[in-house]
Amino acid sequence: MADVAIPRAKPQISEDSAWTQLKHNRNWLGFWFMVPAMAFLIFFLAYPLGLGIWLSFTDTRIGRVGHFVATENYEWLWDDSIFWLSVFNTLLYTFVASALKFAIGLYLALLLNENMPFKAMLRAMVLIPFIVPTVLSALAFWWIFDSQFSIISWSLRHLGLINQNINFLGDTTWARICVIFANIWRGVPFVAITLLAGLQTVSPSLYEAATLDGATRWQNFRYITYPLLTPIIAVVMTFSVLFTFTDFQLIWAMTRGGPVNATHLMATLSYQRAIIAGQLGEGAAISSAMIPFLLAAIMVSWFGLQRRKWQQGESND
Amino acid sequence: MTDLPASKVDLKSVISAPARVDNSEGMSYLQSVPRRIVTLSLPLTIIVVVLLFPFYWMALTSVKPDEQLLDLDRYNPFWTWNPTFKHFHKLLFESYYPHWLWNTMYVAICATVLSIIASVLAAYAIVRLRYKGANLVGGLIFLAYLVPPSILFIPLATVVFQYGLFDSPLALILTYPTILIPFSTWLLMGYFKTIPFELEECALIDGASRWQILIKIVLPLAIPGLISAFIFCFTLCWNEFIYALTFLQSTSNKTVPVAIVNEFVDGDIYRWGSLMAGALAGSLPLVILYAFFVEHYVSAMTGAVKE
Repeated sequence: MADVAIPRAKPQISEDSAWTQLKHNRNWLGFWFMVPAMAFLIFFLAYPLGLGIWLSFTDTRIGRVGHFVATENYEWLWDDSIFWLSVFNTLLYTFVASALKFAIGLYLALLLNENMPFKAMLRAMVLIPFIVPTVLSALAFWWIFDSQFSIISWSLRHLGLINQNINFLGDTTWARICVIFANIWRGVPFVAITLLAGLQTVSPSLYEAATLDGATRWQNFRYITYPLLTPIIAVVMTFSVLFTFTDFQLIWAMTRGGPVNATHLMATLSYQRAIIAGQLGEGAAISSAMIPFLLAAIMVSWFGLQRRKWQQGESND
Repeated sequence: MTDLPASKVDLKSVISAPARVDNSEGMSYLQSVPRRIVTLSLPLTIIVVVLLFPFYWMALTSVKPDEQLLDLDRYNPFWTWNPTFKHFHKLLFESYYPHWLWNTMYVAICATVLSIIASVLAAYAIVRLRYKGANLVGGLIFLAYLVPPSILFIPLATVVFQYGLFDSPLALILTYPTILIPFSTWLLMGYFKTIPFELEECALIDGASRWQILIKIVLPLAIPGLISAFIFCFTLCWNEFIYALTFLQSTSNKTVPVAIVNEFVDGDIYRWGSLMAGALAGSLPLVILYAFFVEHYVSAMTGAVKE
């Protein structure tokens, strides 16, 4: 009996331990838990990203498989003045809008951080432009900037400041100002609320100590608020620059790149060339050309952040 | 913001100053009332008015009769005495608008649910299983968040076409998670980290499997985080434009943002009323959702940034 029982018991134990081992092996378990997320990200993000770069080296069109043409698309773009105009527009749009979003957002965050009535309600209301779908608010701006029925022109005319309606979206300079304004309008709440969250982590006792030492409001801001807020500023501005740089919907809803390509960003130009004109390869080249700029933006803010961290250890400058 | 509430608050903070526990008002009580109006109330009022004016204008336009919209000389454009619901009526009964709303809702809910499931599993594995390479994968997921849709939509269009998903809501349901998963994974990672590890250890010793721990212990404790992730993902889906514009073709399949831009706008100047009514109606679900869950929304937005 004993002879039979032992060999029967043995495999049972080892089978059991193999199963429990598998159940408790963190590496395998971790792998299975990651499968759904990884599947999405590989099939619909990593693979298309690679495919996009490959497409930019082909002459693919809609409905036709392309051939490898090496850097022809890029050489073509190099000589294309509209492409360079879109690069210029994108940089201008990103730079001006991000800078103003940061300035106004920080100012608004400081204001909202003050003690006042209806604080919670005000903070909630301020965020609404960020909640509402961009396209829908862009349409509201489209109507506000209408060439004939603009409420701004009407108000200025009745105040006696102008004689003629301003052709907001039909004039190249005005159109640029308008889309940048709309972008700032939409982006300020995000910057403000995020910085506000950062401001609330700053201990008030620091300000009290500084004020007792005779610091002015500006010195309070410069030597306490700003250094302590730097990490969150770096993150917010990375996101802000990234999303402004790759903005598509606001422009598409307001101007579609017009008038005379004055508001074409790289994203809208690539949509126009790839989807509307059917030149997938060329469109892919334009959007691939955005990658170096994006990497640069990420690097700058990343290293900026590292430097600040290092500096904070040394001194508070 | 009149001076009355401002002065009230000054009084209150001065009174409560000696025994203050919450120091959030700082030293603002040292400032005089007129100074506070100039430095605080006035700029704040201007900013808030500018931020909210487009919505007022949208709402007003959507209830104005057509003739008042286009005749700025005889009517005061800032107000109307005879509001009409004609534009909304037209929108709801004479256009595909209900269809579009339904499509948007359907796509947003499916994509959000899929993403949350995938993110919960991924975040739990990264934070608690700590398998080999968990940190690397976490970093890669964060990088995925930085890849913008405007770079991906061209190759994705060809992929969607190859898989036979073109012009079907499934194309959006499967592609949106790539935007949502990185964000909600990072958000949930933060939440899972705050759940005491001892709870899980006890359960492990009592013989619970990882799966049971996740379902019965971690998820119930992470409900605020799940709500935040859900709201934020839903908002992002509702907002998404470029994929919906590229992957959908037939009028009845479109989502609200794309449909409004393409179907109401043909240079037809007389449809401003419907256009604004459509924009308003398309924004309302999000604003209502947001009104109920403000703090969740804000924590979602700032939570991911703080990480």
